[in-house]
Amino acid sequence: MSLSPPVDGRLGVAKTFKLYVGGAFPRSESGRSYPVSDAKGRLLAHAALASRKDVRDAVSAAAGAGKGWSGATAYNKGQVLYRVAEMLQARREGLVDDVVAAEGLTRKRASTQVDAAIDRWVWYAGWTDKISSVLGSVNPVAGPFVNWSAPEPTGVVGVLAPQGSSLLGLVDVLAPVLATGCTAVVVASQERPLPAVGLSEVLATSDVPGGVVNILTGATAELAPWLAAHAEVHGLDLAGAPAELAVELERTAADTVKRVLPRPATEADHTRVPGTARLRAWSEIKTVWHPVGR
Amino acid sequence: MEPWTYSPARENAALANLQPSYRPFVDGRFVDGDGEPLKTVNPATEEVLAEVGTASTSDVDRAVAAARRAFETTWGPMPGAERAKYLFRIARIVAERSRELAVLETLDNGKPIRESRDVDVPTAAAHLFHHAGWADKLGHAGYGPGVGGNGPPPLGVVGAVIPWNFPLLMAVWKIAPALAAGNTIVLKPAETTPLTALVLAQIAAEAGLPAGVLNVLPGAGDIGSALVGHDGLDKVAFTGSTDVGKEIQRRLAGTGRRLTLELGGKAANIVYDDAALDQAVEGVVDGIFFNQGHVCCAGSRLLVQESIAEEFGELLHARVTTLRVGDPLDKNTDVGAINSRAQLDRIVDLAAAGDSEGAQRWTSPCPLPEKGLFFPPTVFSGVEQTMRVAREEIFGPVLSVLTFRTPDEAVAKANNTPYGLSAGVWTDKGSKAMWTAQRLRAGVVWTNTFNKFDPTSPFGGYAESGFGREGGRIGLGAYLDA
Repeated sequence: MSLSPPVDGRLGVAKTFKLYVGGAFPRSESGRSYPVSDAKGRLLAHAALASRKDVRDAVSAAAGAGKGWSGATAYNKGQVLYRVAEMLQARREGLVDDVVAAEGLTRKRASTQVDAAIDRWVWYAGWTDKISSVLGSVNPVAGPFVNWSAPEPTGVVGVLAPQGSSLLGLVDVLAPVLATGCTAVVVASQERPLPAVGLSEVLATSDVPGGVVNILTGATAELAPWLAAHAEVHGLDLAGAPAELAVELERTAADTVKRVLPRPATEADHTRVPGTARLRAWSEIKTVWHPVGR
Repeated sequence: MEPWTYSPARENAALANLQPSYRPFVDGRFVDGDGEPLKTVNPATEEVLAEVGTASTSDVDRAVAAARRAFETTWGPMPGAERAKYLFRIARIVAERSRELAVLETLDNGKPIRESRDVDVPTAAAHLFHHAGWADKLGHAGYGPGVGGNGPPPLGVVGAVIPWNFPLLMAVWKIAPALAAGNTIVLKPAETTPLTALVLAQIAAEAGLPAGVLNVLPGAGDIGSALVGHDGLDKVAFTGSTDVGKEIQRRLAGTGRRLTLELGGKAANIVYDDAALDQAVEGVVDGIFFNQGHVCCAGSRLLVQESIAEEFGELLHARVTTLRVGDPLDKNTDVGAINSRAQLDRIVDLAAAGDSEGAQRWTSPCPLPEKGLFFPPTVFSGVEQTMRVAREEIFGPVLSVLTFRTPDEAVAKANNTPYGLSAGVWTDKGSKAMWTAQRLRAGVVWTNTFNKFDPTSPFGGYAESGFGREGGRIGLGAYLDA
């Protein structure tokens, strides 16, 4: 429901689109907003135009939530993420509306996108208690030691969401961050931010602890450098980085040895079932040695 | 009764088969590099060991081109089972020539012969042997079956730059997985320790390794820089300082080239009050004084529980006092020479910062040789987290001692560093060891042991200690297009 005219004499209640930080829905601390239009150029809403300080607050929230989320059992994380899929399914029609408005797709194609996003979320929900078995190993070292390697979450991941695919693309890059036990600060598609706000409302009504996902709307080029430079951000996904900024963002990330997924030359086909690449990208392998003896 | 004393047990330097001059290895041959020759020095005597021809940037071009040709014409198309046999051959020859390599390593690096003989060379041979067996099993490495079940394809040409602390072993840590996965490689050994990598190249030639698969370019940092920035590479693997690692990551921004970094560390070694103290003392001593502390994963911060700090300190000093510092070729030597004058200066400077910032310095009363580059085992107590000796990587035989009261405090202090390479935990309580190991933000956690390495066991860091792993199935992924 956006700024549509009255239907049968009744004016709809339009939504205020806000940021999602630390489990709350604040406006930008800057008090700024920007107009968001649909694919035909009609005004949909004024979304919050996040600032550098909003980035800082979001990183702080993500870092604070990291201990609890990474420490939750893999089974619990799987259930929580599956709950998100349940909530997505319940809000399917509204999300389809959002994607139609944002991307100018037919209702049928938008429905396919939303369904794929829900299914992608389910796919990653099922990964939480399998990552260790698949990416880890027991290592047959030549000595009297037990020795094993297992993935642990990288930490806070900054995600520049794909600019084109406003919901499926976002889910495609965000869900693996959560499945590994990392927490996220997302900058939504700049021109198509409203489905991301819809997703944040889903997350808030799932069992995902506040701060595990933080979603900012605004100018990607303004926010990205702060995310790339922040010492508490350990990983950076440049999926939706502006082309002219991508290299500089990688350079900035090097100052704190961040793990970086570079910007693809063209936006990925998010309908393809992913492999484990994103799960590996946001995992750190820890190897533990312990002696064996009597 | 008089305590027994050690008689000198000096290894024969002639076993190193030292040559007056060495040259770069490019496209299957030793060639005259266009760079200015360097003289490599024995740090234990500061005498010149040999003259080493170095590469110029045009030699880098030639080596990368040779590696590309080999990748496209011989090594890339070769069945994995055949690649495997070359690597097995090289592993065997390294083992057969192990005594020669160990003595040469000790001469060039300054590390005790006991370490080069018992750790560096056998671990290098094991690393080659382990990875040889992967070459025809890449489809089973967990990165997907690939075309025809052969696993993901290799990346192409690898540029590798390695440090001086484990010259042969670090060379092998890059070469073995790169070649097993089907890549070719151009390796730049450290300026001060080029010799064993060049003998390894000769071994590869003896094994019949096709020309261009392995290229070794001695030189200084400028050649390393020219190599890692070369447009002809598909992958860069670097082991060294965090500052240089960051520079390389910046250089590769936007190129899409793969990168793995194994950088510095400031590892915490946590000793709980219920630890087996004598074992913990041994582990702490090994953790920091192994290889003169020239180890990125050295346990350079001792975190000891306050209730046992005094007793532990006494045991520690008593044990460190018995360490024998001296001639690296003597089989009784525990701590050898500092690799270079520049490194010795850095250690002296950082130790002085410990004094000026108010830490209490204790120096082992051990005798030092009259010549050569040596630094006595040193322990700083009363160290605070803000001091440079607690924050900066010293890369020398200097231990900083901090205390803690609770396990939570131990973990918080251990993790209070931009690094995250390794950590140690000493306790007799299994659940506490695991609780601590889970919370340490470090790529390798040694519980009730320290500084253990194995080719099957992935090694590498969190955070500013770099990314990527070396060793085992997981390390292999860094050399596959997976």
